[in-house]
Amino acid sequence: MNLLDFLVPVEELVRRDGPEGCVVISSRVRLARNLEGMPFPGRAKKSDRAKALERIQEAVAQLPQMEGGLIRQMDSFSSWEKQALVERHLISREHAANGEGSGLALSRDQSVGVMINEEDHIRMHALLPGFQLEAAWRAIDELDTLLEERLDYAFSAKLGYLTACPTNVGTGIRVSAMLHLPGLVFAEQINQVIQAVNKLGLAVRGLYGEGTEALGNIFQVSNQMTLGESEEEILAKLRKVTAQLVEHEQNAREALLEKKPRMVFNTVGRAFGTLANAFTISSKEAINLLSVWRLGVELGMFPGVPRALADELLLLCQPAHLQLIRPREMKPEERDILRADLLRSRLAAVARPSLPPNHSDALDK
Amino acid sequence: MLCTVCKKKEATVHLTQIVGDKLIKVDLCEECAKEKGIDDPTGFALAEVLMGLGVSEEAGQTASQTRCPQCGCSHADFKKTGRLGCPKCYEVFAEELAEVLKSMHRGARHVGKAPRKKQRARSVEERIELLQRKLEQAVAVEEYEEAARLRDEIRTLKKE
Ligand SMILES: [Zn+2]
Ligand SMILES: [Zn+2]
Repeated sequence: MNLLDFLVPVEELVRRDGPEGCVVISSRVRLARNLEGMPFPGRAKKSDRAKALERIQEAVAQLPQMEGGLIRQMDSFSSWEKQALVERHLISREHAANGEGSGLALSRDQSVGVMINEEDHIRMHALLPGFQLEAAWRAIDELDTLLEERLDYAFSAKLGYLTACPTNVGTGIRVSAMLHLPGLVFAEQINQVIQAVNKLGLAVRGLYGEGTEALGNIFQVSNQMTLGESEEEILAKLRKVTAQLVEHEQNAREALLEKKPRMVFNTVGRAFGTLANAFTISSKEAINLLSVWRLGVELGMFPGVPRALADELLLLCQPAHLQLIRPREMKPEERDILRADLLRSRLAAVARPSLPPNHSDALDK
Repeated sequence: MLCTVCKKKEATVHLTQIVGDKLIKVDLCEECAKEKGIDDPTGFALAEVLMGLGVSEEAGQTASQTRCPQCGCSHADFKKTGRLGCPKCYEVFAEELAEVLKSMHRGARHVGKAPRKKQRARSVEERIELLQRKLEQAVAVEEYEEAARLRDEIRTLKKE
């Protein structure tokens, strides 16, 4: 089966809105597990990897969560298909590099997935839109509990679930929230916020370009410690910090509108201008501008336009998603042209920006 | 600013993380960031990268010749990759790992979920540890009768 036929269509995916979706793009919980008495994938011989893969695949296939889902070996995907799975956050970049001896299982709705023979024998995750850390934990906890009946996990009473990298040992859990924080970036508060979050023992990831600007103003906050704290404690900490970040971001947006409306409208207006009129555009530029446009949509500068359109374009502009709609392999320059064509045509019907209703006098100040 | 890894190219990826109680900053060039797989914000921990670089000072001196009998992994292999070879490695390198784990995590002991099948075994192990602590205390205050009783109880539990 073609992977594209299985994946939830982008326009449907982005309409699955979750709580606080304006700031929290998605919530994820992943668990790392390994089989007892077997070398970890990085050290396993080909035969051992194959054995682990077979055992896990068989157990995963019996899970009710995987009914109607997809269970495949990594070498059955093309490299562009693997890249598209990365763009959807369904597999890690490391797993995209894996082929024979590694596998992937995804539920029909793609809310839960299992990577087999990644760094650990099993990396399972639940991924939900918006601020739903609790629900994601429940979903993956349930899957894990069913799986442990069918497999013997490497577990020690003292150190918990044993993992290839000691940074994951214990609960093997990573709870993370993907956040869109353009307000904090524009207000130049993002570094302070990141440092404060770091001090709590949490990691903030994101590709940093020049200075403090992350690609698309998108940041991921997650726990780093897995030993000595229970899943619930880790979850509670992430929930609290995420809620605070949502509040900070919303305050920053309000303060910007209050104090620097012309700067905000100018930045959003120009971003839209470029997106709607470019004839070639790189994915990096497109992502950064779409992030700004998404903010403008949320501020009410594009009445009637749903945020989902910004999210849809954010995904469709990524290299593999562009490539997969074309039968022929494209050069990067050709993709840049196709990306611009797509943006122009999708934004053609969007009216030029207007000042939000309650800020029509903002520029007089 | 130059890249921490290759020390040649201009660093464009700047990362800050808390490892243990230390704030660590790493600056990478685009290429090294890609190579380390950290242009993907979803899948990495700085600690892993740092261990790969040998930045972790504590692990520095004590590399021994011991190899894991199950998978053949040596302490040097672990230092180089930051990864263990198999579950058994956690016993074999327990001593060296204790330091590493302390710098990475909040505690030294797992709290949280356990596979249902392992729960009984776990409670026995926990019970033994508790008795062992009581035994030490009893010896310390010279209650030898109590100590002997505790020792016997531990022996019985261990036989199970
Ligand atoms: Zn470099
Ligand atoms: Zn080993």
